[in-house]
Amino acid sequence: MAIKTAIDIRRVTQYFGEQKVLADITLSVEKGEIIGLLGPSGAGKTTLIKIMTGQLVPSAGSVMLDGHDMAEAKQEMYRNIGMMMDDLGFYERLSGYDNLKIFAGFYDVPEARVREVLEQVGLYRYRKSPVQKFSKGMKNRLALSRAVLHRPAFLFLDEPTAGLDPATTLQIHKMIGQMQKDGVTIFLTTHNMVEAEKLCKHVALLHDGSIVEYGEPQAINRKYNYRNRLKIHLYSGEDIELELQNAKEAAKTVFEYLQSGQIETIHSAEPDLESVFLELTGRSLQEGRQDAEEDWSFGKAD
Amino acid sequence: MKNTIIIYRKQLKDTGKNMALWIQFVMFPVMAAIMENSIRVEGMPEHFFVGMFTVMHVGMAPLTVSAAIISEEKEKNTLRMLRFANVKPLEYLCGTGGFVFTACMAGGVAFGFLGGYMGEKLLLFCLIMAAGILASMLFGAAIGVWSRTQIAATAVVTPMMMVFAFLPMLAMFNQTIEKIADIAYSQHIQLLLNSLNAGTPAEAKNVIVIAANVMIAAVLFGIAYRRRGLM
Repeated sequence: MAIKTAIDIRRVTQYFGEQKVLADITLSVEKGEIIGLLGPSGAGKTTLIKIMTGQLVPSAGSVMLDGHDMAEAKQEMYRNIGMMMDDLGFYERLSGYDNLKIFAGFYDVPEARVREVLEQVGLYRYRKSPVQKFSKGMKNRLALSRAVLHRPAFLFLDEPTAGLDPATTLQIHKMIGQMQKDGVTIFLTTHNMVEAEKLCKHVALLHDGSIVEYGEPQAINRKYNYRNRLKIHLYSGEDIELELQNAKEAAKTVFEYLQSGQIETIHSAEPDLESVFLELTGRSLQEGRQDAEEDWSFGKAD
Repeated sequence: MKNTIIIYRKQLKDTGKNMALWIQFVMFPVMAAIMENSIRVEGMPEHFFVGMFTVMHVGMAPLTVSAAIISEEKEKNTLRMLRFANVKPLEYLCGTGGFVFTACMAGGVAFGFLGGYMGEKLLLFCLIMAAGILASMLFGAAIGVWSRTQIAATAVVTPMMMVFAFLPMLAMFNQTIEKIADIAYSQHIQLLLNSLNAGTPAEAKNVIVIAANVMIAAVLFGIAYRRRGLM
């Protein structure tokens, strides 16, 4: 069976004034795939999402969704797009239910679907509370339920779990996984390498507006596993890393630890996406993140 | 049409939970009702407070409310979500504008009854109100579209509504102010109401100035919309 290309980004470049924020981005996403765009703050992730959803017309290049050029056909395509941006855009005085009911009306979706999606995200029992009383996590879940209300073919998620507690993050991951099983093509941006490795079939690492690496997360990790290390955790709590270039020497060390019965666990120590990104760019994926989270936490409702 | 009705209903529900806006619609009719029934001064024209507060209502409520609603939607990015739900700018403006207009007109009708207008006179009173509300609403919408935040909108709306609402009253006491007020729609709303009360025919100038104000407001709205857009 032929694999259908759902999202086709061709040589997209974006300038804001003199500043080049995206440089010659080319990506292809299969139907029903989750792709992750990883990069630190200011790398150009949100700009790319805005271009893909027709909110911005690129300075050069094109984005095709299901064969439709988003610079021209965006109005017709909106019916097939679900969005969850970092600024969630709710009518905060209204209840969660009323917020979704408004959008159900626009999409000609039966009201029963509002109940269904609120139940899916575990917010049905809070349906009458005004959104302004929701915590950050509840608002994110509500945003996700609004994004999928009309059963879109494409879902764009901009940092869907940023600043959330692990339990809520897990719940959102489950929902994203379920949507993928339902055949939705999902494009997500994140700082979170664990999230990317867990959810995404492919990831693209974005640095200063350019894609510096693309592929399956595990394949990328293996590709940059130059040093071929082994990590030993001892019962004493000590961690030891062995470089395997000198295999005889390493085997001898491991054997000695085994003989003395000190080893609790042994792991291969492949790099993760965070360390790959650091190696490629000299920057951390979390760069700029801490400041942003501190700014946000000042006003958060949790 | 369907989307316009949804926007209208949404605005009705949202305003019901927004005391700051809700109060704009009821403040002047309630004040007029209280003062009409509690203050009696010899020599004061009949329904003096109705006339005074009517012009304030026309000058303030539509201006403030339309600017506040649009700028809040821009600031909180709810307009972007509407766009993704395929709501056209015209549908949004008709829904929101329709709500502001009818809510302000409800106050206008209340003024009409408070002022003792009946039949044809009530109809004329409502027409005069409608013209003023339209001008005021367009000025407010232009400010709302131009502003990126509610605070920015309030900074422009506050002095503007003070001018439109109080100019007709101040013009009664000072000739220089009266000359300045001669270009403001609210002054001519006041003059039309005076003619209606006195049973004298309205001057063409009153209608021309109000129409010119509506056109200026529409042009300003057009410029704001083209330069800044809704979303």
